[in-house]
Amino acid sequence: MTRSSGPPRSRSLAALSCGLLLALPAQAASAMADGAVAWWVWPLALFVACFLIGIVAVPAGIGGGTLFVPLIGGFFPFHLDFVRGAGLLVALASALAAAPVLLRSGLASLRLALPLALLASASAIGGALLGLALPASVVQIALGVIVLGIVALMLSAKKSEFPQVERPDRLSAALRMNGVFIDGASGRQVDWQVHRTPLGLVLFLGIGVLAGMFGIGAGWANVPALNLLMGAPLKVSAGTSGLVLSLVDSSAAWVYINRGAVLPMIAVPSVLGMMLGARIGAQLLGVLKGAVIRKLVITLLLFAGLRALLKGLGIWL
Amino acid sequence: MAVTPAPAPPAAPVPRQSPEQLLYARLLDWGARLGFVLLVAGFAAYVLGWADALVPLEQLPQLWNQPADVFRQRTGMPAGWDWLALVHKADVANLVGIALLAGCSLPPLLAAMGLYLKQREWAPALLCAGVVAVVLLAASGLLGVGH
Repeated sequence: MTRSSGPPRSRSLAALSCGLLLALPAQAASAMADGAVAWWVWPLALFVACFLIGIVAVPAGIGGGTLFVPLIGGFFPFHLDFVRGAGLLVALASALAAAPVLLRSGLASLRLALPLALLASASAIGGALLGLALPASVVQIALGVIVLGIVALMLSAKKSEFPQVERPDRLSAALRMNGVFIDGASGRQVDWQVHRTPLGLVLFLGIGVLAGMFGIGAGWANVPALNLLMGAPLKVSAGTSGLVLSLVDSSAAWVYINRGAVLPMIAVPSVLGMMLGARIGAQLLGVLKGAVIRKLVITLLLFAGLRALLKGLGIWL
Repeated sequence: MAVTPAPAPPAAPVPRQSPEQLLYARLLDWGARLGFVLLVAGFAAYVLGWADALVPLEQLPQLWNQPADVFRQRTGMPAGWDWLALVHKADVANLVGIALLAGCSLPPLLAAMGLYLKQREWAPALLCAGVVAVVLLAASGLLGVGH
């Protein structure tokens, strides 16, 4: 009984979340057109929107920051500078909340994260400076292209739970980029090592630029790079990605803070809404159908990506 | 006949992570918690009007659709670390919690670096120092503040 009611319930809950996500800014906009909107309407709508993003992001298996920037940038009246600044803080706060637990369980590895974070942090500063220097319309267009690229990646990327790494490369062996963790599903101890580290480092340089420039976090790129390219187990890739993000987003966030592009009235409700939503989303993991939510989120991202692209091109303002 | 349940198979012991990783996790946990508490407290004080704000709340909707540089010019919000001089303003005070979250990785990195150095593990110690230097450079405001 319960089983059969699962999918329709999860579908309707997720559809309701996604519908509300789009309806809230429209409601606030119509209130503003009436000239009766109070200052707190938008931050409140932002909090609710981020709460809903947090709920759907966890079962969809993506970071809330990836949804945050295109959706809030596309449908809320805030300038993209402030949206990206808040997006970085949202991604940073989520990463900071999760990293200690992941480190203790071995699902995140400090030794694996350090070299990748060093390069990605440095390039994230460049990305942030570039993003703040470019005209907003150019950043919107680039954001639209990147978000549509993320959609393509989500639709096509394969995952490998335990990739086979016959031999670590010299660099990863020298830096002892290996570890051990207990796989919760099978209960067995998994020893892992990585390869193709130099190529991974180059990839993380580019990932850092994107993270800093768009403020979207970069779990969507970190995880495939760690898992498919470097051969880290999927769970270690996801956990270490969070640890790398906590360092990369720190560097980029400082650039935005120093430039006055972090507005507390936008950043704080976003962080709080997202973290509360993510907690609910994590509790609903057993109820919600991950595949259904994933499809809805991909549709939402597709819509948000097109919106960013058309907004940047001046076609849909 | 009483049925004695079969004993559960012993759970696999959780592998012990390295002391540097555990220390990093502990310090990051404390720093992040402190940052979140300050963030929430500062924001509550801001929206409840417990202190004056640099930019009155009612004026925000006319300003938050402007680029960050224009926002700074119109409100007198300083760039770089000069906001510390205005930290008695409720909106600017929120930056304390935000700055703490953005900087809370530094103590764990320094602590891990210390442990690596103790064990004469030069490469990871150097990597920790490198990340610290990058975050400090970003935080310093030396790179492209204001234009």
